[in-house]
Amino acid sequence: MEALQNTNFLTSLMIIFLAAGFTNNILMTRFLGMCSCLGVSKTVNTSVGLGLAVIFVTASTASLNYLVYYHVLVPLGMEFLRLITFIVVIAGFVQFIEMVIERISLKLYNALGIFLPLITVNCAILGISLFMLNKPYGFWQTFAYGLGGGFGWLLAITLIGGIRENIKERFLPKGLAGPGITLIIIGIMALAFVGFSGMIKI
Amino acid sequence: MADTPKNIFLKGLWKDNPIFRQVLGICSSLAVTNLLANTLFMAVGVIFVTALSNLTVSILRNHIPNRIRMIVQVMIIASYVMIVDIVIKAVNPDIHRYIGPYVGLIITNCIIMGRAEAFASQNRPWHSFLDGLAMGLGYAFVLIAIALIREPLGFGTLLGYDLPAREIWWHQWTIMVMPPGAFFMLAIITWISRRLQITAEEEQE
Repeated sequence: MEALQNTNFLTSLMIIFLAAGFTNNILMTRFLGMCSCLGVSKTVNTSVGLGLAVIFVTASTASLNYLVYYHVLVPLGMEFLRLITFIVVIAGFVQFIEMVIERISLKLYNALGIFLPLITVNCAILGISLFMLNKPYGFWQTFAYGLGGGFGWLLAITLIGGIRENIKERFLPKGLAGPGITLIIIGIMALAFVGFSGMIKI
Repeated sequence: MADTPKNIFLKGLWKDNPIFRQVLGICSSLAVTNLLANTLFMAVGVIFVTALSNLTVSILRNHIPNRIRMIVQVMIIASYVMIVDIVIKAVNPDIHRYIGPYVGLIITNCIIMGRAEAFASQNRPWHSFLDGLAMGLGYAFVLIAIALIREPLGFGTLLGYDLPAREIWWHQWTIMVMPPGAFFMLAIITWISRRLQITAEEEQE
């Protein structure tokens, strides 16, 4: 953390963003967001769509939850309610965004619409809000952390989608097709991401 | 819904096993399986939450307006998860420090939401309770299987105790401690169990 405090503010945000995206990739090293990843990563297009939605929601809800936690729950001494508060904030935010997008752009709604309900139960989002509590971040740093976490997820799921598009499942052993082979791909990719670890400490 | 209680139970454990059959609840199953003790705490927590939240959702199923049922279900689940979180913190703070965030993530564990939505909102309380219990046990059984392989290979211990004659034969498989080991183990278990199920189905035909 000392290294972070000595560098200037914007650099520290950049470092947090990169660290959350690469060295601590939420999908590869924390295993979060696996369920929707296994379900959605069949093609690159759907992966990118869901990934963009996730970036937006993680960055916003991490910041919102930061404000709620430090300015409402802590002063009231009700930290034990954090789980229920966070999930309500996330579910409420997603619902709200869904309504706004429906009003503003029907085209965007049709593109993102099917992904939005999936996001409430995407553990990466709640995960980022929970992991942020263990870190001594300020508001903007939390925002960068949420943004980076979402970006890392997008990166991972897009790469997986790209590989899965090119796999011919009928050549695989029967039991391995589907989730089995996807897990093995993710395992191999996770090995690559482990190579990043230790480069930046956050 | 003519399923007998026994049938519901077996489905959760094997036929419709949440992890390798329905591919739900993967996130937490990977993160906590590096040590058996972590896994046991997590498994008990998930069994408790699935069983009771299924029961509660089922009791309230005729009183929850359809439009807001997701939010209500999430609230019910979150309340039970909070209980688990606080209890684990009290019983074993060391383990809580490591698996704490993942305990919170039981809320978004898709097994629980999935069963509340697919089963408990349409079935009687007793059956829903059994279904939740069985799904939780099915989840626990896969987790423990993974942990039983990862902990001995990665740390040379089991439940924190050294394996017999460890210094003679044991050599650390670093990969088992790291995330990729979890992915590979889960892939192998999925492969084996799906293969067994396919064989069983072919034999029936």
